[in-house]
Amino acid sequence: MSQAATPLPQFTHAQSLYAEGLALDCGAVVAPLAVAWRGYGRLNAERSNAILICHALTGDQYVAEPHPVTGKPGWWENIVGPGKPIDTDRFYVVCANVLGGCMGSSGPPEEMTDAEGRGQGRPWGTEFPSVTIRDMVRAQKKLMDELGIIRWLAVVGGSMGGMQVLEWAATYPDAVFAAAPIACAAHHSAQNIAFHEVGRAAIHGDPDWKGGRYWEDAGRIPARGLAVARMVAHITYLSEQALTRKFGRRLRGASALTFLEDVFEVESYLRHQGSTFIRRFDANSYLTITRAMDFFDLAAEQGGDLAAVFRGTPTRFFVASFSSDWLFPTSESRALVRALNAAAANVSFVEIASDKGHDAFLLDEPDFHRALGGFLRGAAERVGV
Amino acid sequence: MPDAPADIRYVAKNMRLDLRLIAEMVAPGTRVLDIGCGDGALIAHLTREKGADARGIEIDMAEATRAVAAGLAVIHGDADSDLAHYPDGAFDYVILSRTLQAVERPREVLRQMLRIGRHAIVSFPNFGHWQMRWRLLATGRMPDTETWSRPWYETPNIHPCTIADFFALCAMDGYVVEQWLAVDERGLKAPWKRSIRLANLFGQQALFLLRRA
Repeated sequence: MSQAATPLPQFTHAQSLYAEGLALDCGAVVAPLAVAWRGYGRLNAERSNAILICHALTGDQYVAEPHPVTGKPGWWENIVGPGKPIDTDRFYVVCANVLGGCMGSSGPPEEMTDAEGRGQGRPWGTEFPSVTIRDMVRAQKKLMDELGIIRWLAVVGGSMGGMQVLEWAATYPDAVFAAAPIACAAHHSAQNIAFHEVGRAAIHGDPDWKGGRYWEDAGRIPARGLAVARMVAHITYLSEQALTRKFGRRLRGASALTFLEDVFEVESYLRHQGSTFIRRFDANSYLTITRAMDFFDLAAEQGGDLAAVFRGTPTRFFVASFSSDWLFPTSESRALVRALNAAAANVSFVEIASDKGHDAFLLDEPDFHRALGGFLRGAAERVGV
Repeated sequence: MPDAPADIRYVAKNMRLDLRLIAEMVAPGTRVLDIGCGDGALIAHLTREKGADARGIEIDMAEATRAVAAGLAVIHGDADSDLAHYPDGAFDYVILSRTLQAVERPREVLRQMLRIGRHAIVSFPNFGHWQMRWRLLATGRMPDTETWSRPWYETPNIHPCTIADFFALCAMDGYVVEQWLAVDERGLKAPWKRSIRLANLFGQQALFLLRRA
């Protein structure tokens, strides 16, 4: 594999700074707290039309515009924009880079600070405190308060974004009128943790990782480990049908069987996924965020009773899963729906028929887009937006 | 819900009037669960006209998606397995329209309906109608009528019952029949409401409003 991991150009992401910092579940304080975010559309005078979008593990705040670093289109441009299901002509859409991320919010690649908020002249690296999904949500709450928004019209997200949606509804029920957790679960399963651990082991095993202090050697990153982590994860985002449809067993025109280079098209596809990923993502951020997902278990503090988490909730929910998603299968969404029913919550649920696997929530799925759009319009009408 | 030419499919399936009769039984401002809600026509009506907090369960994914896309609180699920997850007394009315005969365990579904709801509204096609009796007697074959139109080997209606059967079940399980009526295919009320025997012979559809004893 080529190790030419040319880092993408540096870019200063727009961010809000909170000098008081954020106290985390682990007991540590990150001060000042930086939240890098983007807004689309216009906040109305009543500040009642704001929708928060929560991004997934390797997503970021650039939802509906070309990415300033990679130049690629926004990751949810098929859903967010003028006239789209999340209509920026009608709603004010906010998306923030998660705490622990690497697109401008406080996270491992940012400058380390001490308890008084003084910069240490080096990145946090592996010394960035362990964060939880709830910490991510608390960081977003700081931004919400700064924007003067009392209640989100909706909080929407898929995968890890869906975990944040659930955490929002559980932690700040009065601040969430409608919640759309998509292709997610109320806890990370043992299988999901296992796949994450393979990725982390690949990063840890890369000699260039150097115990997490790769930043000491400018320009060197644990490229091989991070690429393998991405390759493994990417397999979990697709379904067998999707891989078969895209690649089947097609060969790359190799003249003879060889172990030394890519033989099958699926191999070079995965390798491409790995090699583009390492240019935009930080390895220590990957470790931090995957851990946050693994820790996620919404019902843990209620002794496993998920319904107790939502009892009496004023929030209305839209839960969606995809039939070929085996990373967050429909059974997980259905368990969530049943808990919401047991809590007498107002909930809509659809399983979208798709052969695209977990990734389907990011792709062109007209039924999903219609259902999500209808749910949001229904919520907006009830609020009078 | 005005009768417009565009709505002809409901008239054709005799849905509109059937649903209107059900809607008449629902008090305003109540909590309602419609099991087998289809595309949510009744839920939308109850929400709009009665200010109800109306929700639905639908087994057909395309219908459920249409209902959700219309902004209605509908989940993809089914009567046999999903009712058990609702708390006691969560609703004022639980509605099962023309579905009782198609569920796996009708008695258990009815029990769940009256556990999670104060009232149950149930409608079903009456298998005791004279045409059924006549066809079975005269031809020795399963009936093939407007209501019972699918052959026995592919009908979803696996638990047909008569109006008399249903009264017997209510008596056995201790449910109070607050209101009942027999209607024809077009959902028009029929004049046999004083006599269960006549209704069982001439009623094509039956509609019951129940509560726990």
